[in-house]
Amino acid sequence: MGSPFFSAEEQRVFDAKLSEILAHYPADRKSAAMLPALRLLQEMKGWLSPDGMRLVAKALEVPPERAYEVATFYVMFHTHKPGKHVVDVCTNLSCSLRGAEDLLAYLEAKLGLRAGTSNEKWTLRETECLASCGTAPCLQVDEVHHEGLTRGRVDALFDKLS
Amino acid sequence: MLPAAEKVITRNWGKPDSWTLEAYRANGGYRSLEKALGMTPQAVTDEVKKSNLRGRGGAGFPTGMKWSFVPKDSPKPKYLAVNADESEPGTFKDRYILENDPHMLLEGVTIAAFALGVRTAYVYARGEFKFQAERLQRAVEEAYQAGILGPTVLGKPFGLDVFVVRGAGAYICGEETGMLESLEGKKGWPRLKPPFPAVVGLFGSPTVVNNVETIASVPTIIERGAAWYAGLGTEKSGGTRLICLSGSVNRPGVFEITLQTTVRQLIEDERYGQGMPAGRKVKAVIPGGSSAPVLAAHEIDVELEFEALKKIDNMAGSGGVIVMDDTTCMVRSLWRVIRFYAEESCGQCTPCREGAPWAARLLRKLEEGRGEPEDLEILLHVAHSIAPFPPIGLGNTICALGDSVALPIHSFVARFREEFEAHISQHRCPFGDRPWGHYGALRA
Repeated sequence: MGSPFFSAEEQRVFDAKLSEILAHYPADRKSAAMLPALRLLQEMKGWLSPDGMRLVAKALEVPPERAYEVATFYVMFHTHKPGKHVVDVCTNLSCSLRGAEDLLAYLEAKLGLRAGTSNEKWTLRETECLASCGTAPCLQVDEVHHEGLTRGRVDALFDKLS
Repeated sequence: MLPAAEKVITRNWGKPDSWTLEAYRANGGYRSLEKALGMTPQAVTDEVKKSNLRGRGGAGFPTGMKWSFVPKDSPKPKYLAVNADESEPGTFKDRYILENDPHMLLEGVTIAAFALGVRTAYVYARGEFKFQAERLQRAVEEAYQAGILGPTVLGKPFGLDVFVVRGAGAYICGEETGMLESLEGKKGWPRLKPPFPAVVGLFGSPTVVNNVETIASVPTIIERGAAWYAGLGTEKSGGTRLICLSGSVNRPGVFEITLQTTVRQLIEDERYGQGMPAGRKVKAVIPGGSSAPVLAAHEIDVELEFEALKKIDNMAGSGGVIVMDDTTCMVRSLWRVIRFYAEESCGQCTPCREGAPWAARLLRKLEEGRGEPEDLEILLHVAHSIAPFPPIGLGNTICALGDSVALPIHSFVARFREEFEAHISQHRCPFGDRPWGHYGALRA
């Protein structure tokens, strides 16, 4: 059955995948599936709208504020619509010792927006250490690591995405 | 010359398709599981205890002892939760275990589960490890198909399910009880201890939480025996250790080293760091992830071993060794570290929630040349209010994140006070627009 939020097909996919996820947890602990369920929704819709979070909460039999509390705690969940590509740049100590501050400045100039902001095309953020310190500097685009970056490699990567 | 380390964890890295079940078995994999299933669970735990294996996630707690804290007569199910939320700045070893040898981890999980009477294990991978979690998930699926996981393990009357769960971007979920909260579908607020997870853990049940490298060490301990493994290490810590070397050094990377290796040898040895960049000297080294106190150049002849570092009020931590050369600004380095903890403080305890951002603002003020003479004392006072030091572990917060804010501040200022004062007296950063040392500029 469809709803204003999901088409019938989307609802079918969501329900099927959610029941697979729920099988990983004790039957009386449905709400344990909150993170994977929110991720499932975000993968389907691109972000977590208030209606989406309400839907997840209902499926897991908890109040909607539980879904909102979790969604806003974790930085990989988007409670506002992000740009088409999410770019997370590590500027932590190991990466800064290998050029991360330059990297961030270079990206701000190249993509035309400041870190911590979004436009239609890009969300550019400074992020926590990405466990790529041996291959610094690094960043993730849409949850995929890119490491050992130079200006040339950044150009090649981002020109492809443009 | 420093003896080469036995390859325990890294022995399959670089072999063709090392992450597949076929390659793992061809290299001798899952024979330790067969051996363990022929032992009693208690005998497996005793072997791990005798091996002197200590936790590789940060705290260095003896693994066998942790296992023995699980109540034997609990009517509740028991859980194993493997911590693959590798997020401590400067640490990137578990990631390569997941990428290169996920079956070594899974074999360790099955042996540990057998020893502990666990029927369900979760591996919690940080959200950013999408690729690594998917690779582990494929290994899990291979293991189910091969009868290594499922209702029976290698045909024995013992069943095990393993589920891979991804976090969603929160450093605090690497703290073991924060991780359990997250596994329960909540925000990752650490729990007050006791009760410890071994008694009240996941879903209120007895739970063992172990790091990836710790669990991946178990198959070798069973295969080669506790005495052999213990003999690789020092009196109180067995085995080898993965060390993550980063920062201003010629060859950063993950290296399997003996516990007798010093920080200086790690940096200089041809097999490891291959020395400092030409003309540069060591100024400072963080030996155990950015939460650990910093060492000055004259302190780096210390072994990268739990007791040796503890003796000098430091910690082996997660094995993240970060090197700063003599052209690196210590104020900017510390600011960078503290900004991270301010961002990642979960907000539960006031000293950390308020103190970390306050310290970050003070450090920014100093680095930008706006510092006033009293700022340094205020900074130290803020650090002291979160966690006095030394020794390590006096924090006024529920979890160790508070200590992770305080320890870098105490230790950086104690060793490099004149540099902090120079920022105040000169009203600028003495390193100008090149604060990050030899490799600090983005290459073309």
